[in-house]
Amino acid sequence: MKIPCPLCGARDRREFYYMGTDDYLLRPSDNATEAELDNHLFLRDNPAGKTQDLWYHETGCGSWMVVSRNTITHEVYGAELVMERKKEAR
Amino acid sequence: MRIEGKGRIDRSKVVHFTFDGRKYKGFKGDTVASALLANGVKLMGRSFKYHRPRGVLTAGSEEPNALVEVVGARNQTPNVRATMQEIFEGLNVRSQNRWPSLRFDLLSVNDLLSPFLSAGFYYKTFMWPRSLWERLYEPVIRRAAGLGSLSGTHDEGHYEKAYAFCDLLVVGAGPAGLMAALVAARAGADVILCEEDRLLGGRLLSADSNIDGKPAGAWLASVEAELRALSNVRVMTRTSVTGAYDGGVYSALERVGLHRGPRPDLPRECFWRITAAQVVLAAGALERPIAFPMNDRPGIMLASAAQTYLEKFGVVAGRRVVLFANNDGARAVARQLMAAGVSVAAILDSRLDASAVEDCPVYLGAEVTDTKGRLALREISGRHAGGAFQIDCDLLLVSGGWNPMVHLTCHMNGRPRWEASIAAFVPMADAVPNLRAAGACNGAFSTLECLAEGAQSAQSALQALGRAGGVTQVPRAEGLPYAITPLWAVEGKGRAWLDFANDVTTKDVKLSAQEGFASVEHMKRYTTQGMAPDQGKNSNIGALAVLADATGRAIPETGTTTYRPPFVPTSIAAMGAGGRGAGFAPQRFMTSDQASRDRGAPMIEAGLWYRPSYFPKPGETTWREACDREIAYVRHAVGVCDVSTLGKIDIQGKDAGRFLDLVYTNPFSTLPVGRVRYGLMLRDDGYVMDDGTSARLADDRYLMTTTTAAAGLVMRHLDFVHQAHCADWDVRFISVTEAWAQFAVAGPKARALINSLLDQPLGDFPFMAVGDVPLGSVSARLFRISFSGEEGYEIAVPTRYGEALFRDLVARAETMGGGPYGMEALNVLRIEKGFITHAEIHGRVTAFDIGAEKMVSGKKDCIGKRAAMRPGMLGPEREQMVGLKPLSEALITSGAHLFEPAADLTRVNSQGYTTSVGYSPMFGRYLALGFLVNGRARLGETVRLVDRLRGIDVPCEVCDPVFFDKAGEKLRA
Amino acid sequence: MPEYIAKTALEGRAPLDVAGTVLMEVDHGRIASIQPFPAQEKAVAKVLKPLGFGFPAVGKFAVKDGALIAWSGREQAFLIGVDCPDFGKAAAVTDQSGAWVSLDLNGPLAVQALARYVPMDLRLSAFGVGSAARTPLYHMSAVILRLGEDQFRIMVFRSMARTAWHEMEVALKTLAARAA
Repeated sequence: MKIPCPLCGARDRREFYYMGTDDYLLRPSDNATEAELDNHLFLRDNPAGKTQDLWYHETGCGSWMVVSRNTITHEVYGAELVMERKKEAR
Repeated sequence: MRIEGKGRIDRSKVVHFTFDGRKYKGFKGDTVASALLANGVKLMGRSFKYHRPRGVLTAGSEEPNALVEVVGARNQTPNVRATMQEIFEGLNVRSQNRWPSLRFDLLSVNDLLSPFLSAGFYYKTFMWPRSLWERLYEPVIRRAAGLGSLSGTHDEGHYEKAYAFCDLLVVGAGPAGLMAALVAARAGADVILCEEDRLLGGRLLSADSNIDGKPAGAWLASVEAELRALSNVRVMTRTSVTGAYDGGVYSALERVGLHRGPRPDLPRECFWRITAAQVVLAAGALERPIAFPMNDRPGIMLASAAQTYLEKFGVVAGRRVVLFANNDGARAVARQLMAAGVSVAAILDSRLDASAVEDCPVYLGAEVTDTKGRLALREISGRHAGGAFQIDCDLLLVSGGWNPMVHLTCHMNGRPRWEASIAAFVPMADAVPNLRAAGACNGAFSTLECLAEGAQSAQSALQALGRAGGVTQVPRAEGLPYAITPLWAVEGKGRAWLDFANDVTTKDVKLSAQEGFASVEHMKRYTTQGMAPDQGKNSNIGALAVLADATGRAIPETGTTTYRPPFVPTSIAAMGAGGRGAGFAPQRFMTSDQASRDRGAPMIEAGLWYRPSYFPKPGETTWREACDREIAYVRHAVGVCDVSTLGKIDIQGKDAGRFLDLVYTNPFSTLPVGRVRYGLMLRDDGYVMDDGTSARLADDRYLMTTTTAAAGLVMRHLDFVHQAHCADWDVRFISVTEAWAQFAVAGPKARALINSLLDQPLGDFPFMAVGDVPLGSVSARLFRISFSGEEGYEIAVPTRYGEALFRDLVARAETMGGGPYGMEALNVLRIEKGFITHAEIHGRVTAFDIGAEKMVSGKKDCIGKRAAMRPGMLGPEREQMVGLKPLSEALITSGAHLFEPAADLTRVNSQGYTTSVGYSPMFGRYLALGFLVNGRARLGETVRLVDRLRGIDVPCEVCDPVFFDKAGEKLRA
Repeated sequence: MPEYIAKTALEGRAPLDVAGTVLMEVDHGRIASIQPFPAQEKAVAKVLKPLGFGFPAVGKFAVKDGALIAWSGREQAFLIGVDCPDFGKAAAVTDQSGAWVSLDLNGPLAVQALARYVPMDLRLSAFGVGSAARTPLYHMSAVILRLGEDQFRIMVFRSMARTAWHEMEVALKTLAARAA
């Protein structure tokens, strides 16, 4: 499996650390309800098809990125730097 | 028997090898199978279940019968296919699964019991009583039914792993693969050509064919020469591509040293990971047997195998040959044998509409119904429209048609498509992204079709690569259509084998269907068909055809089982090459490493680091003596310890303080320059991630320290928080763990030691101060922090000076009645003070649990703060950190459970557990840190500390985790 | 007052020559990491200009008068072999001199030896002369520079110097044995 690091290009999966869904980018506010926290920490979609998750180029450039891929075909559509996501998308 | 003038072996180089203790001669280029056949040895193995005598069936990696053990000086490799193992001087090979000898195998009694040993026999018979399964049935069955054996010692052989990248990977170097490689190479693409055999050519090596009007060998030689001369082509022989994976990654196994005598540093095998933008699969096809009664005797082999032995090795495995086939192609084998002077007694063609014109008798509409000969074939029985007949012969060649090697196209969940015109499965197009099948593996069997498809697939690949060129004339060659009438099994009274390797017969498959295991996946598991080392390469299609017949379904409807990697058996040693000994993980050494070893310190692993456990002195007989002495250094004089392994992160920028406020529970933006503060870091879910001190070096610069264990984790976390939550802040950070060597200097004489290093003695330098100090011309950084409870300093210098400073610090400490201390002493010192490590903050504890809830600032936000306030994250029901002091001097352990004195020792009554234990000379007993339900409210209570594994049951007093100097007067002195 | 002796990670280790490919530790001198603050690219470039350098593009390095500047990760470069100029508030500068060991690998076996451990594409078309990469060397985080077709500089954390040396030695000897 290859991950297309936006900085380094396609690299072997073993250079990356996998974190999980990009929902983790949406940090609950200081006064989030318990339901919101529960949702943030524990409730996950389990999509058959397109998914977006967070990967870290750990033994590479140190970038966090959102990788879009397909859980059925394993196709990797692309990756986007977390830093460059629009503020409102966060 | 050798045939003069035939074969691609070097007859000038005689090679000696041993089979079952007997010496044989072969030639360079021979395999064990070809050399044994040349020596008249037909019996090469015993079957898995019935221990039937078996000879070689094939000439390739799919061989099911001739599995042998290769015995080396440093390893013993079972289940090696004799058809793949090339001989070399001194090679030692043994047959397997027989006792006492291959010719006389006592367990062949199983064969007489075969009526009882049908599919599912073990499942049905040895189920009850259950208690006997592990003790009796399983070991006995294992001994009786089996493959090769292991030596029982480590494989000390050398293996290799490597990566490769190319524009085009060509799998297989037959006519299609060679053509594909040639077209792409001439267009300038980076090509890797993998061929399983030692020679390029595939079927061109054994077929009697012409290309461009000349013998195929001439074309082959010129193409090979051209490819090998091109710098953009890598030709990899003896390399089997074993799997197709996501992202254009292919695994391959190269036999590097298996065909050579052992020599230093020469790897046995290399496991390749090849990344290819485009792939041409030109893996060819496998000839398939026909299941007729008693079709498993030594002397019965595939027609193409006999052709290969004749043309590649100059070997014929018999004197009187019969061919049994259902297709036209196999006729060529009979003709080549006759041309070489071998007597072909008859051709039995199962078709009625085939040609009867050959230079030998041809029986049309004929089938083999029985065979005779216990250790070697002697006679066959046949029948045709004219009735039954017998023929004396010692070699029966079988051809049931060809199966394209679709394997790689199925490795990413693809299924092959049934092509009725060739009675075989062919690959689905685009089953693997960017992979095209060409030639025989695509169902195109003539040489001309192979060449054309090879060229065409390369051109398509070049187009996909965006490369021009690639126009190459396809040479002229034989283009005869393939004519076959399927024949899977011959009815008759004897057993007819489908899977030779696992002893599965047509009867077993029918029984499976009859007993309800009618799906092909169920049949496979019920009969074990296809589960031997050949993974059903010889039997899958035949077995599913028999199953289809038994269940009244068509073959495509019945379907295939799942093709999975690896395509050939792959040793774990190759996949894990390099990963043992020093290659298991990097070893990280501190600058003090040599100095510590010079003092005889045993080193222990702390993550990847090696740290001194203790520093033994003459006369000390146990580690405890050394540890107690080193503790005394710190408590009464001065001790020195290398603490460079702690993670250190340089954080700069005008938002640095704001950033630390976000990642730490407590505020750092308020920390004055020149001061250090202890910080606690939470995970997103509110549990404790790490702790450590951070120093403010300047307005816009901090130095964070992490625990040794979590240095990488914290860096990853900081990168995440920065990039995800505050990318626009003015903050930058980088690890400086390795840039500084840092040493703890602790004890009542610590300050005196530090002063002895300095031109000017330290002035006002209070607890939790930080500052630069000059050590000669080196600028050092001095921290006043303590992990022991004593007055403590940590002094850091650029790493290059680490060794020199450590040696100097130790020498100075020794003149003051102190010395170096190791991890054992460090651990006891911190337990006495209730300082935590990752033994305590193990991922399931909150700030509340460790009594640090007040460190979670109410005035600011931080990562994990809100989550840490969820219900259940704090309160009396939680296990809270406490100290535990045994009421006696008895040994206690970490990982022990805590119980109320009168409680039953059951899981539900467990009130907590211990995390760290050390023997405290100060208290004259062991001390523990642990977690106890509502622990802080239970100080003074007695609990039972129980470790049932080690038979420990000790009453302990619950105390504050700080056993000593709770007010911290010593460290502030 | 003592004068402390400085040691490189593999001080005193003789170069290893395997069939004409040489592995040796080089004393890289000073290393400073440079991390520009947001919107300070121009100011950083200005400070680097007198050295004849710009801030390196992703995956590139440059050499000038014995000094070297290499991209070393996201928004980060290493300035090697020269005293680091003052970037003021334009960039975070951190001394990394002792944090790394530098191994030079020169010779015909170099590419194949690296291909035993490095999972990235090392073909000249993908990783040409003048390229810099952050990539693992087996289990070790590394900076790899391609100084020439057959010349590489490998940088790993100082503490792992012995392991890096060991791995490269194994790879070189294995390759030599294959060819023998």
